[in-house]
Amino acid sequence: MARKITYQQAINEALDQEMARDKSVIIMGEDVAGGSGGDGEMDAWGGVLGVTKGLWGKYGDRVMDTPISEAGYVGAAVGAATAGLRPVCELMFIDFMGVCFDQIYNQAAKFRYMFGGKAETPIVIRTMYGAGFRAAAQHSQCLYNMFTAVPGLKVVIPSSPYDVKGLLIQAMRDNDPVIFCEHKVLYTLEGDVPEESYTIPFGEANIVREGNDVTIVTVGRMVHQAMEAATTLAKEGVSCEVVDLRTTSPLDEETILESVENTGRLVVVDESTPRCSIATDISAIVAQKAFGSLEAPIEMVTAPHTPVPFNGTLEDQYVPSPGKIADAVKIVMGYKA
Amino acid sequence: MSESQIVAMTMPKWGLSMTEGKVMEWLVEEGTDLSLGDDVLDIETEKIANTFEALDAGILRRQIADPEDVLPVGALLGVIAPLEITEDEIDAFIVTFLANYVPPEPEEEEEEGSGGYEELEANGYHLRYSKMGTGDKVILLVHGFGGDADRWLFTQQPLSSNATVYALDLPGHGKSTKKIQDGSVEGLAKTVIAFMKALDIDSAHLVGHSLGGAIALKIALIEPALVSKLDLIASAGLGSEINNEYIQGFISTDSRKEMKKLLQKLVADPDLVNRSLVNDMLQFKRTDGVNAALKTISTGFIEADGSQSDIMKEELHQLPMPVRVIWGTKDQIIPSAHAESLPPNVEINLLDGYGHLVQLEAASEVNALLAS
Repeated sequence: MARKITYQQAINEALDQEMARDKSVIIMGEDVAGGSGGDGEMDAWGGVLGVTKGLWGKYGDRVMDTPISEAGYVGAAVGAATAGLRPVCELMFIDFMGVCFDQIYNQAAKFRYMFGGKAETPIVIRTMYGAGFRAAAQHSQCLYNMFTAVPGLKVVIPSSPYDVKGLLIQAMRDNDPVIFCEHKVLYTLEGDVPEESYTIPFGEANIVREGNDVTIVTVGRMVHQAMEAATTLAKEGVSCEVVDLRTTSPLDEETILESVENTGRLVVVDESTPRCSIATDISAIVAQKAFGSLEAPIEMVTAPHTPVPFNGTLEDQYVPSPGKIADAVKIVMGYKA
Repeated sequence: MSESQIVAMTMPKWGLSMTEGKVMEWLVEEGTDLSLGDDVLDIETEKIANTFEALDAGILRRQIADPEDVLPVGALLGVIAPLEITEDEIDAFIVTFLANYVPPEPEEEEEEGSGGYEELEANGYHLRYSKMGTGDKVILLVHGFGGDADRWLFTQQPLSSNATVYALDLPGHGKSTKKIQDGSVEGLAKTVIAFMKALDIDSAHLVGHSLGGAIALKIALIEPALVSKLDLIASAGLGSEINNEYIQGFISTDSRKEMKKLLQKLVADPDLVNRSLVNDMLQFKRTDGVNAALKTISTGFIEADGSQSDIMKEELHQLPMPVRVIWGTKDQIIPSAHAESLPPNVEINLLDGYGHLVQLEAASEVNALLAS
């Protein structure tokens, strides 16, 4: 039986092991080191939630605190990546991408293409996303769909401690820019994680539960909501197959299509707002490529088209719940042509 | 008096990591008169799907577990009792059983040290192993290429009722050191010898599967005193043919589909290879250092032309201990023909219709042989 650690510890371990293995890996971000000049805890904040705690003590200057200027340090990290380092840059909340979007989508994402493959940009941008943390409209969004839309970026959204370690190590070894999206609510989630270093390839979805009646395609924290719904539905005789995309770019279309061809029904669960999202993207792909297999219209379970509310009661209503997912499954199951 | 004739059929524990199993399908009706070893129901664990065989003879009076139920180890699956036991007595038995049944606490197991696995240093390697049973007799199980101690999922516990049974992860495998120093059969044999010495094992019944068979045989040739009895299951080292396409495919693949196809070559019944088994193998292969280790080990026993390099068939006759060969006739990795024309001191057992992983596919037959 493997050892159990949290999602947050698994991220730390991945960074630690890869920094030990590869001297070119560096960390940059706001408060990732500490830098107050004090002792112990004073000088080891390890980021806003303590994810990089302990690394500054071990790797010194390879863990760099930056000014509160995402445009500046993300740009510097992109440059460092083209010059041979492998920066892991922390963009505290995905909501802040606006201030450094040029560095990401118009610089990092384009270099390999524009320089005929001669330039590589092996940068990882770690960032927190998602609602449920009472952090209000500017710190709770689910914007991975925007990065997914940009050719040249890889987008990773791990759902479990096992996956987050293997995918982060893969991200650091990858030679292209990777946007690594961590859901803050998952940080305390415990799971089996091997002590050794290992990787999980991008573009391989994980079938977390096998079933025959309906396919639920989802990603990130929503995997857990979907699994809860699937457990409830199994007691009512509905067999759900839950597909965790793991990465939205590259996307494992094959697994999605094979699953829908087997079940004939699709529910997509996405924590983003409903327009131009992973939910609409998956729905379009399935409608186009597996139309003949569908026995019912596709259902999407998403957040509503509003900012994330600060009011706790409203925020709880905002995030797709196991109950809403189960309702959507019942709709596709009950459909009669 | 009558109550003692009622027997509970419970969720088995197939391997150290198994905490629960999923009931797939009953293969017999209530009222069936079961003989020992009869197929009773299909159970799926996180590792593998398998058929549960009757551990007690008698009439299946009740099916308690329903298909799709996920039940902890030791949970009641069914009740066996003679016809003279009344329905009321069976009801009372079930009530008592359920009242006394305590599901195993997975957390408790972990406190004892990662769930029964132990580790030691030998010959420059960190080796993980599991130990079951406390008997004076010592049995050591050696897995094959790409396997680990879990290849003995259905072997280790049954044998441990009257013996101390060890199963180790060879170098490059499981949770043991991935960096290989000497990947030859002899090099690996020397590591297993060092492992035995580290545990103060003077002499053991060695059971080796596939490459593990060649390693066990090599140990018996190098230090015969260490081996009281030798069982070679679908063993390497007894002939030149081997399915090198499987070996090379296993080393190079990183795709679920391909891995599934490859693993299906290991068994006669392809349905035994489920998603979890495929995932487990991919997880293993995606661990740092594993592919390099597998490559090194493969060149240690396979020539560039794809044939086996270390063939010990001609030396079998000189072994002083009892030697037995067990093979499934549908082996697609190493042909069961290698069990033919062996010297007379070797007992030969061909199991009809099973594949390379015969100890998993025909667990009760293999276990009965190993225990005899």
